[in-house]
Amino acid sequence: METATEPKKQPHMPGPDNQKPNQADGEAISPWKEAYWQLRKNKLAIVGIIIITFFILIAIFAPLLTNYTYHSISAADRLQGPSAAHWLGTDDLGRDIFTRIVYGARISLMVGFFAVSGALIFGSILGIIAGYYGRWVDMIISRIFDIMLAFPSILLAIAIVAILGPSLQNALIAIAIVNIPIFGRLVRSKVISIRQEEYIMAAKAQGMKNGRILVHHVLPNSVAPIIVQATLSFGTAILEAAALGFLGLGAQAPTPEWGKMLSDSRQFIQSAPWTVLFPGLSIMLVVLGFNMIGDGLRDALDPKMKS
Amino acid sequence: MSKPLLQVKGLKKYFDINGGILSRKVGEVKAVDDVSFDVYEGEVLGIVGESGCGKSTTGKTLLRLIDPTEGQVIFDGEDITTLDEEGMRKRRRDMQIIFQDPYASLNPRHKVEKILSEPLLIHGIGTKEERKKKVKEILEIVGLPGDHASRYPHQFSGGQRQRIGIARALIVNPKLIVCDEPVSALDVSIQSQILNLMEDLQEEFGLTYVFIAHDLSVVKHISDRVGVMYLGRMVELADNEDLYADPLHPYTRSLLSSVPNPDPDVKHERIILEGDVPSPSNPPSGCAFHTRCPECMAICKEVRPEFREVKDNHFVACHLYNDDETR
Repeated sequence: METATEPKKQPHMPGPDNQKPNQADGEAISPWKEAYWQLRKNKLAIVGIIIITFFILIAIFAPLLTNYTYHSISAADRLQGPSAAHWLGTDDLGRDIFTRIVYGARISLMVGFFAVSGALIFGSILGIIAGYYGRWVDMIISRIFDIMLAFPSILLAIAIVAILGPSLQNALIAIAIVNIPIFGRLVRSKVISIRQEEYIMAAKAQGMKNGRILVHHVLPNSVAPIIVQATLSFGTAILEAAALGFLGLGAQAPTPEWGKMLSDSRQFIQSAPWTVLFPGLSIMLVVLGFNMIGDGLRDALDPKMKS
Repeated sequence: MSKPLLQVKGLKKYFDINGGILSRKVGEVKAVDDVSFDVYEGEVLGIVGESGCGKSTTGKTLLRLIDPTEGQVIFDGEDITTLDEEGMRKRRRDMQIIFQDPYASLNPRHKVEKILSEPLLIHGIGTKEERKKKVKEILEIVGLPGDHASRYPHQFSGGQRQRIGIARALIVNPKLIVCDEPVSALDVSIQSQILNLMEDLQEEFGLTYVFIAHDLSVVKHISDRVGVMYLGRMVELADNEDLYADPLHPYTRSLLSSVPNPDPDVKHERIILEGDVPSPSNPPSGCAFHTRCPECMAICKEVRPEFREVKDNHFVACHLYNDDETR
């Protein structure tokens, strides 16, 4: 790594010169700053960030982007191909697909955000409890996680929605629940491994209380993998929401949920392929975008990548 | 010699071995098995032994970073093994530790400033400004520029990090510092710098060290007295010169004979031990060393030798010297 003579050709393994521009001045280089530099050099991650920023922007400015409403039905305009009036065509009820996709972005991003937040918060709390207290508490929490992970996540989500009743909100709750063990296990393992670190013993040797050790030493060192997992889960959650929508267990008509749009239009896949193509593409792009960011973050935050 | 600052009496640490589905106890590792010694104020007590002999565990048990299974640790007249969590937490101000690995012992997410001021903060020493000043002072004492306080650990070399580790132990003005192999992770050229720094600091602040190491020459250089451990037991403890000049225990003899001599003309006899160190989960009966001892007698297999003072300030646990008295 030190001998990299052409740092530009090695975006992931930069030479010392461009990695730490201010080291000579004695400036503090926080691990976060270093991760940011790493991320900025990762082209795929940048593409991912652009894609997601694009979708966030269209979600925020949805009403400004279109003259139609996502639920106005027009029998005269049904199943029209892309044109100047309807950029992405219309569906079988004559609704403008572009408008529905733009409003659908709001729903998908919201589902992703709340489902991941819920899973993150509850998963982290359970993970910290299991990892920190160990023994039978850990045993019980871990076994519950194991049981939940034994089911395919979509099957478990379907079961939960079946109990709660089909709606967007319940789909969101179901997705949050199936993602809890993913975060829980991650946080638990991280807490357990960091508790073994020598600097934790050093903190104890200095006379710190357990609470302070947990908040100031264990948590800050556990966040990197949690951030990565959260980003990757964003994509999965959106995909799961679309799957539930497709199965009719998520958003109900006329909500412009992408998965629901796919299932409503699937009988026209031959005669009017744009009705299926554009919602499908949107799902794919958002999931791809989050995965690219997640991969980039993982590389940037991985301590082994640091020189 | 002055009064003992630390008295260790019959210290034991057994780690449980758990196995099976229900994690039941299936055995125990006797990491430290009945160790007793005193540490006097202002001295450096070296503890040597090979890997896995329990010397690090002993060091950590002294500070209750690992709770002992049995035994007493009397620090400054107070048995710290009976203290509750809060009492122990406060006591830690007087007893600090320097760790072996300077890469693992500093929190990578904290600036040096925070690493060094945190001990002051938790013991309620000084105001924010005073703590800041103290951090700069201590950095200069250990030989680092004061403005390095705003850097992160990964911006330092191993030797520099170990200086930060020393500064962290020193900043609360402790009486006792347990040095757990503080130089064995460093390059040889850096080792001497750090050792000299530690010696200077010891003189300047009147510190007491328990210096744990596996390198005999390092221990010889820094210690006033040296204890030798084998398989969780202290086998010999004597003044530095005395131990190196006249080792009594057969294990100490073989250990000292293994130190390479730089002069090729000097012939010296090596005592090569046979076999391996027995497992501490199933130590031999009687004297733990009898399986490899060149001078093993019948009694060694039966009775564990007592740790006794056979010469002035020279303790040894070996049946060879028990007979001397009875004869």
